Amino acid sequence: MRKDLMQVRWFESFWRKGESRLPNGPQHLICLCLFVLFAVPSAMAQETELELQIEPEFRYFFETPSDARQVDAFGAVAIEATLETLWEGGAHSFIINPRIRLDIENPDDERFDFRSFHYEGIFENFELRLGVDRVFWGVTEFAHFVDVINQTDSVESLDGEEKLGQLMLNITVPSEWGTFDFFILPAFRERTFEGVSGRPRLDIPVDVSRPIYEDPEAEKHVDYSARWSHYVGNLDVGLAYFKGTGREPSFVLDTDENLDPVLRPRYSQIEQGSVDVQMTLDVLLLKFEGLVREELGETSSMATGGFEYSVYGAFGTSADIGMIVEYAYDERGSRSANPYDNDIFAGVRLGFNDANATSILGEVGVDLNTQEQILRIEAQRRLNDNLFLRAELYSFSRADAQSPLNSFRDDDFFLIRLAYQF
Amino acid sequence: MDEVKLSETGFVDSSANLTMILTGRNGQESVRELRIKTLEIADPDEGDKSMIIFDHPADVKGTILLTHSHLLKSDDQWLYLPALKRVKRISSANKSGPFMGSEFSYEDFSAQEPKKFEHTWIETAPCPIEQTLVCHVIERRPRYDRSGYSSQRVWVDESILQYRMIEYYDLKGSLLKRLSLSDFKLFDEQYWRAHDYTMENVQNGKKTRIIWKDVSLGNGFSDNDFKSSSLRRTR
Repeated sequence: MRKDLMQVRWFESFWRKGESRLPNGPQHLICLCLFVLFAVPSAMAQETELELQIEPEFRYFFETPSDARQVDAFGAVAIEATLETLWEGGAHSFIINPRIRLDIENPDDERFDFRSFHYEGIFENFELRLGVDRVFWGVTEFAHFVDVINQTDSVESLDGEEKLGQLMLNITVPSEWGTFDFFILPAFRERTFEGVSGRPRLDIPVDVSRPIYEDPEAEKHVDYSARWSHYVGNLDVGLAYFKGTGREPSFVLDTDENLDPVLRPRYSQIEQGSVDVQMTLDVLLLKFEGLVREELGETSSMATGGFEYSVYGAFGTSADIGMIVEYAYDERGSRSANPYDNDIFAGVRLGFNDANATSILGEVGVDLNTQEQILRIEAQRRLNDNLFLRAELYSFSRADAQSPLNSFRDDDFFLIRLAYQF
Repeated sequence: MDEVKLSETGFVDSSANLTMILTGRNGQESVRELRIKTLEIADPDEGDKSMIIFDHPADVKGTILLTHSHLLKSDDQWLYLPALKRVKRISSANKSGPFMGSEFSYEDFSAQEPKKFEHTWIETAPCPIEQTLVCHVIERRPRYDRSGYSSQRVWVDESILQYRMIEYYDLKGSLLKRLSLSDFKLFDEQYWRAHDYTMENVQNGKKTRIIWKDVSLGNGFSDNDFKSSSLRRTR
């Protein structure tokens, strides 16, 4: 149980290092209080498990950068630890899951975050979650429109799938007619963006130190959300509501102290209702996500959907082929910072089903307004019980100067990531 | 065969830890570890609900496969992906694919419900491993779609009504795999369970052995535990 003390010292050292770049002081203070509250019972718990993951990453860019502050190649490493304590056969649990990103070339991208830091209890008629965690909503593979609870960590993930932890009080009520989830979400988190030396990034760098809030009290705001989800036969459906500070910023052009142009992220208050549906028909999955949002006095809608088709045991082998086609639409079009306003996506995945879980994936996204394309190829396999390798290749086509994607025209790159877990 | 099923009914729920050892053609071994939890469903026209929780290797740890079995229509399946905390409803059409790269396919893992097959009794013969016992040899053909097998030959012993061996014939009718069950233990004075399953692929020379440990029945699982919305908090 000396693990408790070990953790405190370890966290404190990273806390101090990451302090100037932490987006939310209060959130981490609450975490520390919760931790202290549970350090004692964890000593009496029945089961405690600790896992560590070290993930070095290397990016190599094929062309010289458009900005002299960017580089051709750099490495970074992410370290993640998970400590889980269970009581009463899992009816109560406490989990701490910090993640740190270290990057010598791009110190602005270094980050310390708690992906999870919460207590969870399963009671007779409801479940309770209190603390920091991540929640995923949605059915599509490319654009994730209804996934509103957590803020996106766009440095860790170019596809927007990595999320920052969110402080929450969540009550889940399961019933015969579906599962009801209620959320109280204090402490808003700002989106992460690559710093000036980071790559790929927008040509005009985003200045995360000077965000604009529609509501000046937004950071102390408490946001609310609720969701109902259910399945009937081959139909899975979810309806959700959210009111509070929108996680997706828009951008305002400004200058920094050197009078270089910067983009300042602007966060406004939103209210939205969303639906997500999946119909599972044997080897064909049909998916749809749609939402209606009110923001800055304007009501708009967004939707994405498509299908996923699988061929099992292709060509008489034990390999599987999966094909995905999706479309995304945003009524606001170029008025919003959402890049997926009239885009079509297609992907093919080949899974070999060998003992090493080898797979290859190819994806292409096309913006139907500007005809620009993003191509991504990914290959991955297990090297041994603790080591997993992933390699990705990104290619961005030439785009017209007006579009946000034009920033990435010179940023074709190769990424390799090795995850070491124990 | 209905007697076999009946002898297995009434356990309410079960859980077990499994160690799966994959042996390649050249004897190289890799190990998988997982847990299976099962909830018996009272309705005779429905199959059981089950959950497979992956523990090892590290890159799949925390992944959960939830299955609500149906007898003749396709099962409902969900996959929980811990890295994204995402629950995904998946197609359950993948019956003949290899489970975790092993010689067991998904259909080998799913419930052996008699209603899913057409049975023909062949003969009685000595049981494969324990030759002193007498076995019924039964041929069965899958009634469900997308099976990887044209037929199977099952050895069920007369005394405790347990599967002793199953031979799997591929779609061309050739012998593909042979499953041997051993190390039987009795629970609650009425339920027998084999603790050692060895699947040999006679065509490619590979082998997978599953060893069951910590089998327990009547754990008090609830229907809520087997809902897709509960996967994210399943331990």
